[in-house]
Amino acid sequence: MSTSVIPPTTSVAPPALGGTRSSGGGQRRNPVLRGLFYLILIVLAFYLLFPFYWAIRSALIPESAAGNTPVEYWPSDATLSNFGDALTGGILKLPLINSAIVAGSVTLLSLVIGASAAYALGRIQFRGRTIMMYAILSMTIFPQIAILGALYTQFSKWGLINSEWSLIISYLIFTLPFTIWVLQSFFRTMPRELEESAYVDGASPFRTFWSIMLPLAAPGLVTTGLLAFINAWNEYLYAVSFLQTADHFTVPVAIVEWPPSTGSQFAVPWDHVMAGTVIVTVPLIVLVLIFQRRLVAGLTAGAVKG
Amino acid sequence: MKKPSSFAAGTIIHRGGFTLQKRQVRLAWLMLVPALAVLIFVALYPLVRTIYSSFTDEQFLGGTTHVVGFANYYNIFTNNTNTAASYPDFAAATILTLKFTVWSVVIEFLLGLGIALVLNSQFKGRGGMRAAMLVPWAIPTVVSAQMWKWMFNDISGVVNDFLMKIHVLSAPQSWLADPSTSLAAVVAVDVWKTTPFVALLLLAGLQVIPTDIYEAAAVDGATGIQKLWRITLPLLRPAIAVTLIFRTLDAIRVFDIFNVFFGSTIGKLTMATAIQNTIVSNNEVGYGAALSVVMFVIIAIFVVVYTTVFKVEQQ
Amino acid sequence: MKHRFIIAPITLGLAAVVSILPALPAHVHAATRQSALTAATISAPPVPNAAALMKKYGSKGITLTYVGDAVGLGHNRDLILAAEFTKDTGIGVNIIPQPVASTDSYSQKVRNFQAKSSAFDVMMIDVVWPGAFAPYLVDLKPYFSAAAIKQQAAGIVANDTVGGHLVAMPWFGDFGILYYRTDLLKKYGFSQPPKTWDELTSMAKTIQAGERKSNSRFSGFVFQGNAYEGLTCDALEWLASSGTPNFVVNGKADLNNPKAIAMLKLAQSWIGTISPRGVTTYQEGDAQVAFTSGNAAFERNWPYAYALNLATGSKVIGKFDVTTLPAEAGSQPVGTVGGWQLAVSKFSKNIPASVEFLRYMTSPAAEKFNAIYAGLVPTMASVASDPQVLKAQPYLKPAIANVMRVTRPAGIFGVNYTKASQVIFQGINQVLNGSDPSSIVSGLDTKLNAILAQH
Repeated sequence: MSTSVIPPTTSVAPPALGGTRSSGGGQRRNPVLRGLFYLILIVLAFYLLFPFYWAIRSALIPESAAGNTPVEYWPSDATLSNFGDALTGGILKLPLINSAIVAGSVTLLSLVIGASAAYALGRIQFRGRTIMMYAILSMTIFPQIAILGALYTQFSKWGLINSEWSLIISYLIFTLPFTIWVLQSFFRTMPRELEESAYVDGASPFRTFWSIMLPLAAPGLVTTGLLAFINAWNEYLYAVSFLQTADHFTVPVAIVEWPPSTGSQFAVPWDHVMAGTVIVTVPLIVLVLIFQRRLVAGLTAGAVKG
Repeated sequence: MKKPSSFAAGTIIHRGGFTLQKRQVRLAWLMLVPALAVLIFVALYPLVRTIYSSFTDEQFLGGTTHVVGFANYYNIFTNNTNTAASYPDFAAATILTLKFTVWSVVIEFLLGLGIALVLNSQFKGRGGMRAAMLVPWAIPTVVSAQMWKWMFNDISGVVNDFLMKIHVLSAPQSWLADPSTSLAAVVAVDVWKTTPFVALLLLAGLQVIPTDIYEAAAVDGATGIQKLWRITLPLLRPAIAVTLIFRTLDAIRVFDIFNVFFGSTIGKLTMATAIQNTIVSNNEVGYGAALSVVMFVIIAIFVVVYTTVFKVEQQ
Repeated sequence: MKHRFIIAPITLGLAAVVSILPALPAHVHAATRQSALTAATISAPPVPNAAALMKKYGSKGITLTYVGDAVGLGHNRDLILAAEFTKDTGIGVNIIPQPVASTDSYSQKVRNFQAKSSAFDVMMIDVVWPGAFAPYLVDLKPYFSAAAIKQQAAGIVANDTVGGHLVAMPWFGDFGILYYRTDLLKKYGFSQPPKTWDELTSMAKTIQAGERKSNSRFSGFVFQGNAYEGLTCDALEWLASSGTPNFVVNGKADLNNPKAIAMLKLAQSWIGTISPRGVTTYQEGDAQVAFTSGNAAFERNWPYAYALNLATGSKVIGKFDVTTLPAEAGSQPVGTVGGWQLAVSKFSKNIPASVEFLRYMTSPAAEKFNAIYAGLVPTMASVASDPQVLKAQPYLKPAIANVMRVTRPAGIFGVNYTKASQVIFQGINQVLNGSDPSSIVSGLDTKLNAILAQH
């Protein structure tokens, strides 16, 4: 799609890290519109962040004060003891590691397997391509509960119950088709000229994929990786069905099964659950933010060079 | 040696014995093998088992399994809420699920697109906004659903308190119990939770659009709206298609929010909660499997519609 | 890095938090946080027939797998008791905590039985599961003397006896009680808590009207009205205390009778008047929070809420008490039985050793330990009247502890209980949401009888 005056190497912009683009957002030099713009941003940020603030606030009061009215937006006797308990109690230590292993493996495997499959489906014409696409998608359409029983039987046979591998494998059923579909749409939008000039230069199809197309799909890789990671991190149903002992729990299970203050099944230690949720969310966001920035910068720096 | 017919110009280069085309096709299949291997090895057995089970009267606990042919499907399509088996009203569940799906997908798409467009441009605090966007997504759904249930509580919930403080409401509203607001409450939570997903996907799609196209358009005097309508959206089409497909897929399969908010309340069952009830409470695995297959078909219809409308198969 | 002004403060903040960790005022270690009532000063009782067991099993190197209580105090109790058992008898016990949600826990056992797996030897069974699991559980009668069985609560033993086989042993119980505000009763001139449901309705109305003047959120009566198993428990109490002994009587469902309809009409009238509209979505936690925050005059809940009402942050410390639930004239007050039993799987490879472990865990001494350490309601009358237990669980005074227990009809429905219960709670929830009670109960009768016929 490039015009003839612009050389191919600059025809795909680095993802808007350093770029200044106004892609339909309106003239931002106009102060009224600018003000409106920021107002909308603030309302949006409030909507997104308020429940998280509420979680923090709920973690600052003891369990039995949870429903006290009138509602206090900042608790009058805030206490850090719930955070203290959550951090020192050892409840989250192993689950954090387990979740990191599971989510990390799922993401890595999805990206590696998915990117190759997506390139094949998105760039190369071959007979049966469409059928493949739909076959891959159809694997993921069944509701989780429907295949849970059969998956459990299968994993029992393989001795994978109470192992992280049961989760890694079963999450792939849902993340792989998604990754493939998203990445193939990315690969599709890339100009043909890139491959053509590579072939003219003598590159094999695989080298073209590895050194040229893959780096250019960086935004897609980062995004699908991120979504795969967070999906795997948050999943609950399979985690609670396949994992049995507390040392194998992932984070969602550990939080839901947080030890209550009485032995009764009905008491949910809301204060600790909120503290645990906050503790787990903050590093996750920081990590993801750092990771996202670094990776995108790194990958595209390579691509823009001549 | 077959010459490929419909191909973009310039991609056939003869080299030695094989055409590039043949090498590409071989590479394509090689690159597909890992994905196919995983999916066949892991997903095939459960899927086939589920489909087989839908033709039986398999029980969750006990009983002997008999093949019953299409009896389960017959009951589904006549919406038979058989007194002894107490099948759920799947027609009602389907309608509620579709209502929920339409509302949440439309709102999330528009909101997500707006956020993506905003995040794609430069402004102060963009990093902070990106971080804010991840927060709803980073909290496990089981926890955030319960959190929102507390927030919607009619006695001590903060939603009522806040709305009353700013005088939008004059008396506390039972968001979850009142049928006129319950769907809105669930959709609000889903929008909160999943708009980041939509925004991230669309943002990624926006980031591969070349800037020089906009610059050229600006030189030609195009306004912001024109740029959006004639450049951005068409180029974003593949990303929009994929986003809508997967967002719809997930919305139709919604489970956690409805389960936490409403349990098994009549009239508030979704397809997924109905299937869960059928398997665990009604003890009917076979019937639940048949319901799953029907759900699969409904989702497949949506996928076909999307790919046709967005012409996903064509460039 | 470009966005160091975002990342840096967050990282610094995290570092700050981590560095002040040691100084944070943590309560007692989270996993063993005790309720406001119990003191952790009790040790596990020794195994009664330890010597004989050690002689018989000590050298065999047996390890049992016990699916016990969920992570927390219950799990810790299991660990302590199991350690004592292993020490005294040489039989090892490997503990798997069960999932906290009852559907997940039920599914866990179902999968084990469907696969005829020997993975689980001893397990905790909810009071409504013996009927469903009976074909897969060992009959305990041959292993226990008649006297030992008599020690247990008769009603629960009857619940756990399916087809003449005692398939599970009662372990700890639960029953519905009424929480009420002593200060508000005094303020509005009521000398004692309500004895009938009509009295409760009128008392709640008066108190609510008075309190609403200063607290617009106040409600008269909160309970569990969501469409889930808890509503079956509440509804059973309403019906059994107003002339309809159970959902199924003498093998037949007959809810379409004037007394049941009248009671359900009364319950329906509470919604929006003395109970908040949202009570049709309330589970145990929602009702408990409403009462603990001082926003309700009466609450129906299980005994667990007692300790929460006494803990820091509660607005009703020193202002509440408990009693039996009301009953209509001519009926007795009742409490639906909750709680757990222990059972041995038929597929276990170590049945005699498993039964010994079960015997130890359900012995009076172990029940007393459970009552004091984990604050769980004992099923044995002898344990409930022990002064140390009464100190830990004040609601066990005889007037309340001896209330007549009603059990949900799990035995008669067997594996179809979850289905029947779903029919019941969905129907009752519809009544609470405004549907006509007469048509709902006639529908319930048809459905329940159809399910019974199928069984």
